[in-house]
Amino acid sequence: MTSNHRITLTVNGQTQDCEIEARLTLADCLREKLNLTGTHLGCEHGVCGACTVLVDGAAVRSCLMFAVQAQDTDIKTVEGLADGDQLSDLQQAFHDNFALQCGFCTPGFMTTAEAFLSENPTPTRAEVQSAISGNICRCTGYVSIIDAILDAAARHRGDAT
Amino acid sequence: MNAPYIGQSVKRLEDQRLLTGAGRYIDDIKLPGMLVMAIYRSPHAHARIRGIDLTAARAVPGVTDVFAANDIDMNLPEIPLRLAPFDGFERFLQRPIAANKARYVGEPVAVVIATDRYIAEDALGLIEVDFEPLPAITTVDQAAAGDTLIHEDAGENMGTRYTVGRGDTDKAFADAPYTRRERFVTNRHGAVPMETRGLIAEFEPDIPLLRLHGATKVNFFNRRHLAAAFDLPETAVELIETDVGGGFGARGELYPEDYLVPIASRRAGCPVKWIEDRRENLTATNHSRDIVCDVEIAATEDGCILGMRAIVQGDMGAYIRTNGGVVPSKAAQFLPGPYRVPDFSCDVQFLITNKTPVGTFRGPGRFEANFCRERLLDMMAADLGIDPAELRHRNLMEPADLPYRIGELVPGDPDATFDRGNYPSALNRLLDEVGYDDWKDRQGDIIDGRTHGLGIACFIESSAAGPPESATITIRPDGRTEIRTGASSVGQGTETGLAQICADGLGIDIATIDVFHGSTTLVETGGGTFHSRNTVMAGNATRIAADALRDRALDLGALRWNCETAGLDYRDGAVRRSGESLSLAELATFAETRGERLFADATFDNEKKLSYSYGAHAALVAVDVATGMVEVKKYVLTEEIGRALNPAMVQGQAIGGLVQGLGGTFLDHMVYDDDGQLLTGSFADYLLPTSDGLPEITAIALEESPSEFNLMGFKGAGEGGIVAVAAAVGNAVSHALCAHDISITELPITPDSLRKALRDIGA
Repeated sequence: MTSNHRITLTVNGQTQDCEIEARLTLADCLREKLNLTGTHLGCEHGVCGACTVLVDGAAVRSCLMFAVQAQDTDIKTVEGLADGDQLSDLQQAFHDNFALQCGFCTPGFMTTAEAFLSENPTPTRAEVQSAISGNICRCTGYVSIIDAILDAAARHRGDAT
Repeated sequence: MNAPYIGQSVKRLEDQRLLTGAGRYIDDIKLPGMLVMAIYRSPHAHARIRGIDLTAARAVPGVTDVFAANDIDMNLPEIPLRLAPFDGFERFLQRPIAANKARYVGEPVAVVIATDRYIAEDALGLIEVDFEPLPAITTVDQAAAGDTLIHEDAGENMGTRYTVGRGDTDKAFADAPYTRRERFVTNRHGAVPMETRGLIAEFEPDIPLLRLHGATKVNFFNRRHLAAAFDLPETAVELIETDVGGGFGARGELYPEDYLVPIASRRAGCPVKWIEDRRENLTATNHSRDIVCDVEIAATEDGCILGMRAIVQGDMGAYIRTNGGVVPSKAAQFLPGPYRVPDFSCDVQFLITNKTPVGTFRGPGRFEANFCRERLLDMMAADLGIDPAELRHRNLMEPADLPYRIGELVPGDPDATFDRGNYPSALNRLLDEVGYDDWKDRQGDIIDGRTHGLGIACFIESSAAGPPESATITIRPDGRTEIRTGASSVGQGTETGLAQICADGLGIDIATIDVFHGSTTLVETGGGTFHSRNTVMAGNATRIAADALRDRALDLGALRWNCETAGLDYRDGAVRRSGESLSLAELATFAETRGERLFADATFDNEKKLSYSYGAHAALVAVDVATGMVEVKKYVLTEEIGRALNPAMVQGQAIGGLVQGLGGTFLDHMVYDDDGQLLTGSFADYLLPTSDGLPEITAIALEESPSEFNLMGFKGAGEGGIVAVAAAVGNAVSHALCAHDISITELPITPDSLRKALRDIGA
């Protein structure tokens, strides 16, 4: 349980080596070993979605995955969404649509939405509602988040908004 | 975006850091040499502690200390009452750690300090406590019977009990042509913010210094009591705010951990962090609601209310915490609502049980009161054959009735008076928006196999009570403008709102403003953040400070130009006279050469005159009789808030509150078994609203009746979205099921509860 393992993974484009216990979750590895604290823990049992990160492009709950399972994967966290100081379309859409209040759940919503939009660039409102139904937000009531994701999809397509 | 900022949906200043993962929540802070702590909590609802064996836990490599109550070399203080401190509560206060007896599942019994959380939790599993289980009190009826005492010294389980009222209810009921009595039950649930609580303490007794990171809400009150508890001068205690992942009433009150983390740091001689996990959060952080209300109404044949009388029983849990008796007392105070109820009386009872202690959650007491009253009004409307909207119009206070002194309905509170407003107008706007006239004769219609119903409810809601709030505006020579306020931010956009007011007040670009809030190291004093206060209190303090700063800038301009202020003009961030100007930055630089600063201090005190937000909610529901599933198809609310500082943020408050309210109506439920075990201790069991199944929502902020009690005209806008949700939905579901004669009196409304009711009548 407490034996150490050395893993190599790519996080936000950078190769990282970590020496970790087998039982360390990916979330704790990112937060504690790599100091990427933008990934938040809301329940640590896979329900709330706050800790969602992209693992090889798929939205994954980093509280339910052991870091050792991330060997040789390519991971993207909220810190990797922007291009330098330039917010991504999705981040900008969240800002423009008031899609966050306290901001704690926001990284998980954005990573979930990023994976979803890469698979479905032209979603309906109902599809967006379904796609984020595994993430919990206590502040916004979701409406502005749904608006933001639809807005981001339109920006990706180059539609006027 | 350009001025004026007030009234515009200005984009939030907070977003950049929060969108990029650069926010700093409490668990993101790492201090050199920091250890972590974890808490062993009682697995029993009620048990005597006969012995504690910490030996095995202490032996775990990486564990530096394990302690229980007996190991702590100080008098363990009682957690103080901050609000509604009724006589009798002093017998039921909590100390930070259980010594001889545990009184709810989740009460702290021992603490582990270790090098990391994995190790700390390993050690928790090795703590052995010899408990002698005692019978658990899990209902208000058991508590009132008093066969088992939770606090033996008190001699009873009644925290306190009082009667309030106005007029003569006995007479009103004796002569009344119509009366009806019902019992309503509001489910125990809570704030459940996405970020659990957490604290980091740095306790250095030799300096002396106690620095507590992760504070919020009421830092100056908390500092005073922590200083007293640890026998420190107040100036030696620093409460530091971080980004906060939601509050909704529960976060930032003094809890056992606010004492245990400093104690741990003092023992360890280094910083100690504690982060609540979700299971802890659901048993350790205040619960709320949990009101049983027996209410009776008296009226004329044509539906004019003559009187109301009620018994409100609040299940307070095992201890009375900082929020005192707020929840039941506000349920009683707001029971008559925005209606003419000449005679009213209420017996208010605060019962101690073996459950997690209760505190405030958004709209405390109002959510409950509105559910009871608005359901009863719909029952009365049906009994008397009057349309529900018409019944409300016959009883709503008219503008001519206002201001209306509601009387002393909470012991010790200042005399309360509803300020000016137009309640019928807010209801009419709602009825128009939801298309009431199209629906009122179609209640119970079956469309696509589901039975439909439309419910309405009215509410009134107080805001911005409590102590004065501070704001200081300082101009820096580099051109940046600072606002410092004692208000906290719990994620609602406080920084943006105050910057809007300051930017307009000084005629400057909002991008040049920085907002510092809450931390005791940043401001001298503060009232704090609760009761929809920030925009009203800190907003007006900011406005007053901006006005004073303009005067100060004019004085400095006159000195600089060696002239009278009379010939000078202040406009767009500069003092001007013909052909030349001095910017605020230049004036700040000039002030510096004189050994001064360009700043202005202000305090806003509402002098106990409260503004009341009010409005109405409507829900259109479709019920599947075969499964008991309810879909809320459409939801409309109106809320008079005086003036909207930032309409998009106001929308966010209204919709966010409304969806939380749907959770409280259908999902959120702290379920206990007969032994006092919480059965909903994870998010797999404790359900919260998600994005699927959202209704079509229209939230309308009305600005028809600005507050008379502050310069800016603001009324609170944080709670009107939630307070009438169970009321409107309860009415809608009852209308939908009118053919089955099912009447909602208990929350939450679940498929299970509806199916049971339908099965009982053979449907």
